[in-house]
Amino acid sequence: MSDIEAVTAAEGATGRTPEPGPAAESRRDKPRSLAGDAWIDLRRNKIFWAAAVLVAVLVLMAAVPGVFGAGDPRDCALSRQHAGPSGSAFFGYDFQGCDVYARTIYGARNSILIGLFATLTSGIIALIFGLSAGYFGGWLDALLSRFIDIVLGLPFLLAAIVLARRLSSDPNDSGIWAVTVTLGFLGWTTAARVMRSSVIASKNQDYVAAARMLGAGPARLMMRHIVPNSVAAFIVVLTILLGVNIATEATLSFLGVGLKGDAISWGIMINESSPYVRTAAAPLVWPSVFLALTVLAFIMLGDAVRDAFDPKLR
Amino acid sequence: MFRYIVRRLLQMVLTFFGATFIVYALMFANQTDPIQALAGERPITDSQRQVLTERYHLDEPFIKQYWYYMKALLTGDFGTSLTNRKIADMLEQAWPVTLRLAILAIVIASTVAILAGVISGIRRGGAFDNVTLLVTLVMLALPIVVLAPLAQLVFGIQLGWFPPTAGGDASLYELLLPALVLGSLVVATELRVTRSSVAENLRADYVRTARAKGLTGKRVIGVHVLRNSLIPVITLIGVDIGNLMSGAIVTEGVFNIPGVGFNLFRGINTEDGPLVVGFVSVLVIVFLVVNLIVDLLYAALDPRIRYE
Repeated sequence: MSDIEAVTAAEGATGRTPEPGPAAESRRDKPRSLAGDAWIDLRRNKIFWAAAVLVAVLVLMAAVPGVFGAGDPRDCALSRQHAGPSGSAFFGYDFQGCDVYARTIYGARNSILIGLFATLTSGIIALIFGLSAGYFGGWLDALLSRFIDIVLGLPFLLAAIVLARRLSSDPNDSGIWAVTVTLGFLGWTTAARVMRSSVIASKNQDYVAAARMLGAGPARLMMRHIVPNSVAAFIVVLTILLGVNIATEATLSFLGVGLKGDAISWGIMINESSPYVRTAAAPLVWPSVFLALTVLAFIMLGDAVRDAFDPKLR
Repeated sequence: MFRYIVRRLLQMVLTFFGATFIVYALMFANQTDPIQALAGERPITDSQRQVLTERYHLDEPFIKQYWYYMKALLTGDFGTSLTNRKIADMLEQAWPVTLRLAILAIVIASTVAILAGVISGIRRGGAFDNVTLLVTLVMLALPIVVLAPLAQLVFGIQLGWFPPTAGGDASLYELLLPALVLGSLVVATELRVTRSSVAENLRADYVRTARAKGLTGKRVIGVHVLRNSLIPVITLIGVDIGNLMSGAIVTEGVFNIPGVGFNLFRGINTEDGPLVVGFVSVLVIVFLVVNLIVDLLYAALDPRIRYE
């Protein structure tokens, strides 16, 4: 479990009871959905726009790295070792004589793809676990909750190192698949707990009882009524998890159990350049800056979305 | 309370076996040929193969192997690593420096977090509050792989304020930079929780009562608010231990500290299964025990919480 998720969990624990105070009622002139209300709030939030612009740039970088005027990231020549900036290589060259700017730009793709798919995997697992534990309750809930406890009992990075190592022991494999599966299979616990508690809160609402009386089966009840009304907090946790996953991918790659071979990754760049910081700092600094900005963008996005969905914290 | 402790202990036992089983299975299940991996490139004779198979119970079903391992572990025998060193000895050598590092990190982080958190909680929305919110946001976004090498570069090499690496018997001063890096992993969370719980408690009725009694602001904040606000912060320490463990692997690697994380990292890279499982099992026990203590402490600190 990561520190950022802990913030959400801790802040959520003190302030996520929905409390329609008198101020909230008088402020609304016409009924709006929670999502609509949150969107109006988001549009006014400067942090949200800063994060959104950053994310847009990063996604562009991942989709079409060519438009940023970078050279070939795999064109390396030892004769250029630690050479200063020249031509399109704005950040100079690293120990292997590769273009640092090009590698930094091309590194965005792996980070964002892995972050996205790992979060998606975690989201699906968390949805299934949280929904079935919360909706069916009883022994199934006890069983699933104990299983979540066990996974939470594993220190996150330790488990990730062991699992990633196991999934991709071949040094020639790029490791992209292994890292995605590792992060996806280990990161879902917080989201599942959040989903479970909001499902429990919404399954006892009158509209669920009404739908049940009208003859709706469990599948329809869950998909049409319970999930849409308990998904807000879940999405916030997933947005923050996206940032955490990108950071963890870099950490695993840094430790040598993440991306490998000729895969381009900020974590590998940081690892490979750190022995030579005394002679050349740029190959260490630039991927660090981009990695930090990416994680920051997703965490700010999650923060802004949480504030919008959780009026009590304002 | 007694029943709660018993239930919590039973839960802990279950979690312990589940977690160690997962790690054990990940490390050892469906290995292609562990004996060849042990021997490396060298050829291995049939009789050697037979001895090793018997010693490590390789011909028995997986679940039985786990059972043998746990039996040994619970009787204090952590086994030997593939380099033929006793894992218990390695742990004994590694943990003192890791413990010092972790304690230093926790002390620094909680001092900063509580001081700054209380101030920004009192002046919510003020300049100090906004600055700390921004700073904690940046700290939350800085992964340890960015922070540790950059701190080493800037403070250890370029400015030269701290020694860039620390050895096994490092002094407190040598450990200060790694501890700052490690502490910054948890300081942002602790600060934010302190801030929001101080802000919440300031609005509570008992604070109004204390003010109405004519108590000074210092006493209201220092005794009434602080005591109640620190409860959620203390529970965070349980979560933080897990974060510190993860952070220690990178931090000890970067700063060359031969502690638990450093050994563990080396064990993973040399595919030293027994070492990894041994170290991880111990860390899982530490993690679970700390969380148990924190939970019980929570009950002791806040009499409103009743466990049945």
